[in-house]
Amino acid sequence: MKLRTVFAAAMAMTLAAGAALAQAKDHIKIGFVYVGPVGDFGWTHEHDQGRKAIEAALGDKVETTYVENVREGPDAERVITQMARSGMDLIFTTSFGYMDQTIKVAKRFPDVKFEHATGYKRAHNVATYSARFYEGRHVIGLIAGHMTRTNTIGYIASFPIPEVVRGINAAYLAAKSVNPDVKFKIVWVSTWFDPAKEADAANALIEQGADVIMQHTDSPAAMTIAEETWKSPDGRKVYAFGQASDMKEFGPNARLSSIIDNWAPYYIERAKAVLDGTWESKDTWGGIREGMTKIGEFSDKIPEEVRKQAQAAADAIAAGTLHPFTGPINKQDGTPWLKEGETADDATLLGMNFYVEGIEGQLPQ
Amino acid sequence: MWRLEPRSEPSLRMQVLTPVLAVVLTLILGAILFAALGKNPVAAMRIIFVDPLLDSYARTELLVKGSPLVLIAVGLAVGFRAGVWNIGAEGQFIMGAVAASAVALALYDQPAVWLLPAMGVAGAAAGFLWAMIPAWLKIRFSANEILVSLMLVYVAQQFLIAMVSGPLRDPQGFNFPLSRTFHDSAVLPIVIEGTRVHVGVFITLFVAGLAFFMMRNHVVGFRIRLMGDAPRAARFAGVRPGAIVVTCMGLSGALAGLAGMFEAAGPAQQLAPSLPIGYGFTAIIVAFLGRLDPVGILLAGLVMALTYVGGETAQYSLGIPAAANETFRGMLLFALLSVNILVHYRLVPARRRTAR
Amino acid sequence: MDLSALDPVALIASLIVAATPLVLAGIGELVVEKSGVLNLGVEGMMIVGAIAGFAAAVGTGNPFLGLVTAAAAGMLLALVFGLLTQFLLANQVATGLALTMVGLGLAALIGQPYAGIKPPGSPRLDIPHVSDLPVVGPLLFSHDAMVYVALALVIATWLFLGRSRAGLVLRAVGENHDAAHSLGYPVVRIRLYAIAFGGACAGLGGAYLSLIRVPQWTEGMTAGAGWIALALVVFASWKPWRVLFGALLFGGITTLQLNTQALNINPAIPAGALLLAAGLIWLVASLSASRAAGSPLVMLLTGAVVLAFGLIYPRMQIGSAWLSMAPYLVTILVLVLISSDRTRAALSAPHSLGRLFHPSS
Repeated sequence: MKLRTVFAAAMAMTLAAGAALAQAKDHIKIGFVYVGPVGDFGWTHEHDQGRKAIEAALGDKVETTYVENVREGPDAERVITQMARSGMDLIFTTSFGYMDQTIKVAKRFPDVKFEHATGYKRAHNVATYSARFYEGRHVIGLIAGHMTRTNTIGYIASFPIPEVVRGINAAYLAAKSVNPDVKFKIVWVSTWFDPAKEADAANALIEQGADVIMQHTDSPAAMTIAEETWKSPDGRKVYAFGQASDMKEFGPNARLSSIIDNWAPYYIERAKAVLDGTWESKDTWGGIREGMTKIGEFSDKIPEEVRKQAQAAADAIAAGTLHPFTGPINKQDGTPWLKEGETADDATLLGMNFYVEGIEGQLPQ
Repeated sequence: MWRLEPRSEPSLRMQVLTPVLAVVLTLILGAILFAALGKNPVAAMRIIFVDPLLDSYARTELLVKGSPLVLIAVGLAVGFRAGVWNIGAEGQFIMGAVAASAVALALYDQPAVWLLPAMGVAGAAAGFLWAMIPAWLKIRFSANEILVSLMLVYVAQQFLIAMVSGPLRDPQGFNFPLSRTFHDSAVLPIVIEGTRVHVGVFITLFVAGLAFFMMRNHVVGFRIRLMGDAPRAARFAGVRPGAIVVTCMGLSGALAGLAGMFEAAGPAQQLAPSLPIGYGFTAIIVAFLGRLDPVGILLAGLVMALTYVGGETAQYSLGIPAAANETFRGMLLFALLSVNILVHYRLVPARRRTAR
Repeated sequence: MDLSALDPVALIASLIVAATPLVLAGIGELVVEKSGVLNLGVEGMMIVGAIAGFAAAVGTGNPFLGLVTAAAAGMLLALVFGLLTQFLLANQVATGLALTMVGLGLAALIGQPYAGIKPPGSPRLDIPHVSDLPVVGPLLFSHDAMVYVALALVIATWLFLGRSRAGLVLRAVGENHDAAHSLGYPVVRIRLYAIAFGGACAGLGGAYLSLIRVPQWTEGMTAGAGWIALALVVFASWKPWRVLFGALLFGGITTLQLNTQALNINPAIPAGALLLAAGLIWLVASLSASRAAGSPLVMLLTGAVVLAFGLIYPRMQIGSAWLSMAPYLVTILVLVLISSDRTRAALSAPHSLGRLFHPSS
């Protein structure tokens, strides 16, 4: 099971701030630890794309390598240790569940730099990074709100952690803003990756009248199921969005757009920093502006004016003039959360454990 | 053509020779596999089988990775000797880990010297009780213990998920299905400084030694072997089958539960859904590779650990995908399982079959 | 409470899709176990079938060839198991587990170039007018071809085991291999046939996942379906028809839980209703056969209790882990029931299951 979330700034356990002084190098070795197979076409696949991008950008100045399918827990600690011992200069550990292991190993190898994805514990040689996927959810939420004819949007969710809840809320608020009648049907599948179960969930949602499917799980199964409806004679045409990867090949008709995890710019930047000797421990939570959250190409099935509106929203988020969580917003039980014009602070977003007003059903606790 | 003829006595020579034969067989098959992937087979074999033995850190990791396999397999082997087929050790491992973690988390604020022993008792007891379900159903209703214990693995897996998503979840953990990290007093002490070799590794070695002497010299061992080799004779000798079932299931369950506690309180230090990674199933293979003998199991556990630790290194140093390592491990198992026959049978030229 | 959105026809149709891979793998393993062999490697054979079928279908553009290849691949892997356990007398439990490992590894290895590729579509049954009939149409006449193949396999297995001489011999081998051997039956050869059949069925079940149900290839995509198939055979107490029932139950739990989540109702309501209905059908069927009807009564009663619980707490969402446990607990219960009844046990569980056989010993 893959667990990941964004760091919690408030909780951040910075063991020692400041950069470890280092000099420039002409050649570095970079290791990646993956929780899934590189062929999952979701989470791990995108990290591996980032690894390849480093090689493409920096050529023979870098040497990259990876270990895939590393179980969170004791096995991860051994793999990270072995990598550090084998002379890596920089190691990316790409799952939330590697957090404690990364910190532990980093303590023993002060000269090796570590980058832990989606965690919140740092040290002088451990940096953390994640992406503001909810910004992308706002954009595709807008499109979904426009495109649904049954006013029912199905949402396949993994675990009720803040990252996922944040995504649901962002998408719902955006969809509701353009379509007041919109309803979200949310199914929790308790897995990040189980194609058969995700396909079942998509089918269940379609049967319950959803004609746009969003997902926060990693396989393209839901996209494939949506695409199948385009072939069936009963004329129910269901749309879906790519998640983590673009997934265009899985839904030439069904795919409207996608949220792509784009780690390449960050990975290249960090690798360069190690080469230059300027690397320091920090936390990065980048979104559309930094290019870490990328919106996939819009389908021509989306009407021109909707495409324009979605693009404008993405541009505004990038420019900092639009925040997906801008008041007035109430929580699900009706208690006020954000006042008119007020925007959510990162601490609340990072610990988000409530639905916003209008979403039906209860958040599993 | 050749055919197999049973030996009157297991061949001692073959007991030594067959593992060598299996290794040679695997090396050939593995070389073909790695060469087909475009990797240097010699380098791959060296990294998987030799390098971890030469490196001091990797050596200690072999102990950490191998000890749960050995601890579980030793218990299972006793049962397999008696013809009691507990294949649900994975479930007993999980229940042991859950019970021990529950104790550690419930007493989080009251660290005490007796906390670790209490966790050990809880883990072993939970494994024991979980194994008593198939044992009781077998004795009372003659329900097949292979199937019941296997079903209970799935129940235990779901139970673990229910626990870490519910009562045992870290309240400050942002709804992640994980427990909080154990208090220092609930973590097994490290024996070799700078490594992960914990007390549990040594207890495992001790238990293996104990099992060795029990099966050789003790009356219980004799009865267990008799029950497996000649059930009818055993009954005449006054061995109660029910008692043997309870002993074997209970012992293997308790050891698997203890292994679960060691894993949770040792290298993991918290309860997570990713804690059970099939040690209970792999241990069955280890038990057979070790010919159900504690010393053999120690060696088999070591070989199995080698393929894991070496396989990881082969991934990042040679770019051999995880899938190839898994396939290779399977080949090794097939080779070891298939040569075993030479211990009990001999190859003789086929004669014309006589008509009945 | 809004039950109007719960379309029982659509729900049952999706239950059938969820059940089909389990039926395929389960019926194969049933025959294997009936011959006295326990092959725990179903998961491994399924996933190799999934990738082999996928690769062949993508390569040839023909889903039918994909399914054939999947069956052949499953069979090939099963024969490795057969070679080890029947000729080299390796322990069946250990070999089966090793087979699972090899299968998972091999499938991932073969599958690397196939991630992210779409397979060719498979045809669905579409009889003009008939398939469009309300209720009956979607329920019976508009599935993909493999659903009917699975059903046909169940019927064929039932006829074979119960009504044919060859089936009788196979069962005799499973009951007492020594006796069968002394009667002159080729125990090893019969078991190899059974093992090969089991492998082919498991391969088909895997290919159903990768070609029809999901349809795509991803590593580890069987996600435990092979293990469920093993449980299913026990649940069915080695009776082909009950494999159908069991597959609906095992496959259905997930589907039901996801559907009720989307509906925001307690999953106990449809679960109880289905149990009631199934118990009723079973009761009627066993009355006509004029046999003791203990099990269907238990089922009816359970269904009533579950339904009542659901109606009292209509909005309660039960954690998916607790629900997922249910079929395994039921299986243990079934196993205990059939084992405790000596006369019936003799009719179901193969007596030589998992035991070693060598003609000269």
